[in-house]
Amino acid sequence: MIHQQKSQRKIVVQSLLVVVLMFGFGFALVPMYNVFCDVFGINGKTGIEATAMAEPTVVDEERWINVEFVTTLNQSMPWHFKPTVKKIRVHPGQTTTVDFLAENLSESEMVGQAIPSVSPGWAANYFKKTECFCFNHQPLAAGESKEMGVRFFIDPDIPSKVTTLTLSYTFFDVTEKAKAKSNKKDELVKVATN
Amino acid sequence: MSTAITHEEEHHEDLTGWRRWVFATNHKDIGTMYLWFSFAMFLLGGAFALVIRAELFVPGLQLVEPDFFNQMTTMHGLIMVFGAVMPATVGMANWMVPLMIGAPDMALPRMNNWSFWILPFAFSLLVSTFFMEGGAPAFGWTFYAPLSTTFAPSTTDFFIFGVHLMGFSSIMGSINIIATILNLRAPGMTLMKLPLFVWTWLITAFLLIAVMPVLAGAVTMMLMDRNFGTSFFDAAGGGDPVLFQHVFWFFGHPEVYIMILPAFGIVSQIIPTFARKPLFGYASMVYAVAAIAFLSFIVWAHHMFAVGMPVAGELYFMYATTLIAIPTGVKVFNWVATMWRGAMTFETPMLFAIAFVVLFTIGGLSGLMLGVAPADKQYHDTYFVVAHFHYVLVTGAVFALMAGTYYWLPKWTGYMYDERLGKIHFWISTISVNVLFFPMHFSGLAGMPRRIPDYAVQFADWNFLSSVGGFVFGFSQLLFFYIVIKAIRGGEPATNRVWEGAEGLEWTLSSPPPHHSFTVPPEVR
Repeated sequence: MIHQQKSQRKIVVQSLLVVVLMFGFGFALVPMYNVFCDVFGINGKTGIEATAMAEPTVVDEERWINVEFVTTLNQSMPWHFKPTVKKIRVHPGQTTTVDFLAENLSESEMVGQAIPSVSPGWAANYFKKTECFCFNHQPLAAGESKEMGVRFFIDPDIPSKVTTLTLSYTFFDVTEKAKAKSNKKDELVKVATN
Repeated sequence: MSTAITHEEEHHEDLTGWRRWVFATNHKDIGTMYLWFSFAMFLLGGAFALVIRAELFVPGLQLVEPDFFNQMTTMHGLIMVFGAVMPATVGMANWMVPLMIGAPDMALPRMNNWSFWILPFAFSLLVSTFFMEGGAPAFGWTFYAPLSTTFAPSTTDFFIFGVHLMGFSSIMGSINIIATILNLRAPGMTLMKLPLFVWTWLITAFLLIAVMPVLAGAVTMMLMDRNFGTSFFDAAGGGDPVLFQHVFWFFGHPEVYIMILPAFGIVSQIIPTFARKPLFGYASMVYAVAAIAFLSFIVWAHHMFAVGMPVAGELYFMYATTLIAIPTGVKVFNWVATMWRGAMTFETPMLFAIAFVVLFTIGGLSGLMLGVAPADKQYHDTYFVVAHFHYVLVTGAVFALMAGTYYWLPKWTGYMYDERLGKIHFWISTISVNVLFFPMHFSGLAGMPRRIPDYAVQFADWNFLSSVGGFVFGFSQLLFFYIVIKAIRGGEPATNRVWEGAEGLEWTLSSPPPHHSFTVPPEVR
């Protein structure tokens, strides 16, 4: 009887361990998914900010690469959003700045967040941004317009079969989320000063 | 040892009236409650299905609003998967596993009570959303983000907690079954002597404890995205809605085997009984079940061929998926080989089991078609998919559950059911279920999308047929209800063995078995 209870407990504990591990595994799928996307260049995510230090000094003047710009507004967000140029030609390794124009057409202050995507996806890792308006929330007052820059270069190691890269930005309306966050911050400040 | 158990159990037997059920620790009582609960959910989910079929009787919108239609498809799926099929298989496990392995009860009787009694609360939470502002979940039983996060009504949080509770219930039930099978087998009952139903449940229980926590994680992430400002599935914050589909189907694919493996087990008990031959290829059956369970973990993205996967991914998931056909084919072959040159008789359980083999195979073959990535682009989210999973789940899992009910009903109640009515129930069900689902292959191949309350007139004939079949199938289940009630209330007394060819420990007990059986472990040769 005692022996049986002991082995019973062992089975229950081991099973619960599996349960806890698999619950954690569910959450571990999130970073794993991002790593997979990164390695296989699946969904055109351009990865994190490249530091200005990483800007290459060598420019491959032999090659030209077309870079096209596409802009989208998510869920008919009432903004105007366009690149100042639709297409440019650059050498790999050459640092370039392109401006985008955004205008808030609504009658209230809004906060936007641009999400970049590069296609073909497997070449996304060769597209490096050192400065981008997409790194931050972009608040625009009612009717305000703003020129926003993105500074980028293309890694000279990019495979020679790539002749065209398309950079797409989608603006998302994050006004509600930004408000909720700043409210929380204000509360924290209040608590701290009290 | 056995005397100690006997004393404790005798103490419990004093409970009568409602206390017997609310404080139940007896595996037979809890099994009975599971089965009745799942039958109630089967009727509720069936009623939702009839609303769907009524709306789709003819083209155009006539009975319900599109949003309510979406609530019906969603709740039909959720109730049938989590409320009807899963608890029914757990109920059969509760009843039969201890009897089959010669155990006095489940290993953890109090936890058993808890895992059942969570269910009514979970489903009350889920169904209560119908009466709230915003209505019930309407995003499909797969609850893809962002439909279930950004665009869902506030009642979705009730759904999330409901799913959490169902997860707790399943996990506790599974741990109990694992502990029972590994620990409480009668002396001599080695693992490779276990009845197939016990084997399939042991493997199902492992699947459950592995993937229910992943489902819990998925709904927890949803909850956080909805209420706490995280961005797991929100592209605006750097998340990805496609990630949701990966997490969901990592749970979802093993889930379909959680529903079908116990059905395999039931059929593997019934066919040898009525073929009067031992099961052909017992060991290969066990290994096939284990192989299917293992493969179920590495094929999930075949549900997502349309999301824009790299070709390498599509190829991998396609090959891995079609690989499942091999162990499944082994099983079908073995069932047929068991019947081959057997002295077969065709009582109702056997009829349902044979229908299972034939119709499940049809569902398996359409699954093979869907598993081929380039072809799936055509079939994705059409009625062809609906036909496929209803063949494996209704004529598969549900038919096996009905077969199991007829097979064990005399053992449970002590009375034979009405064989004539059982056969009528079988034939009405089998014909109507094919009238219901077979035309869906055609409407699906012609391009009719699923989860839409209206359709182009070219699909009218097939939908009319499906609806007629749906109503006949739905109402014929009331006959099933009547047959079960009739057998409970009396009839021809059942012998211990009930069926001439039945083998196994459960048939050595009286019908119905004593409330506390195998208090002294039987000896297995």
